[in-house]
Amino acid sequence: MPEEEGVIKKFLYLNRKAPYGSIYALESLEVVLIGAAFEQDVSLAFIDDGVYQLKKNQQTSVSSGIGVKDFSKTYRALEGYDVEKLYVDKKSMEERGLIEDDLLVPVEIFDEAQMAELMEQQDVILSF
Amino acid sequence: MKFAILVNEGPYQHQASDSAYQFARAALKKGHEIFRIFFYHDGVNNGTRLTVPPQDDRNIVNRWSELAKEYSLDLVVCIAAAQRRGLLDENEAKRQGKDANNIAEGFRISGLGQLIEAGIQSERLVVFGD
Repeated sequence: MPEEEGVIKKFLYLNRKAPYGSIYALESLEVVLIGAAFEQDVSLAFIDDGVYQLKKNQQTSVSSGIGVKDFSKTYRALEGYDVEKLYVDKKSMEERGLIEDDLLVPVEIFDEAQMAELMEQQDVILSF
Repeated sequence: MKFAILVNEGPYQHQASDSAYQFARAALKKGHEIFRIFFYHDGVNNGTRLTVPPQDDRNIVNRWSELAKEYSLDLVVCIAAAQRRGLLDENEAKRQGKDANNIAEGFRISGLGQLIEAGIQSERLVVFGD
């Protein structure tokens, strides 16, 4: 818990990598979950392949795919941790043929300028 | 300024550990404070004492241990990431029933809360990754 009572900083977790194929997505989510206990002002941003982390219907079982644990439902659990500010990059979505309806949680779609402004406002940016 | 540093990659495989070290040293030389250096993902591999790199190049692990000693730095390795990758201290080895431990001098194993705390307590958190 923070030593200084009541210090609230703006934390942004920046995700740029696909959910499977490397561990960055999973382990960064673990930071978000632990971090939730510190009651800071948390936002999550998804850019480039990071937008895939929020895609519905991830097939990861041995029989259907790659034999790794599907952790996508954890994004739905974030709301219960008071982590509700999720932003995805518009261009990244379009480049990958994704629309808002393809995603498993409510998000706000930001263009480049809005994303830059969001980052400008942060005290701490953790990128993985 | 009070800095916190996050190292997300292991020694030699990526530049991150070298860059973090050079940054830390430069900052300390200028009189800045480093609140904590946190190692996550493969970054935990910076904390194994079992590396035997070639003698004619930098010894990344030892360099961290020496810097920590010189400036009383807090080098923290994430316990979850360490467990995944097989980095243990004596306590962890006992707890997990493993027959050896491998943590390097100057490093300690702790939770992700230490990273969040570092972000809160420092003025700037700098991330080194790939």
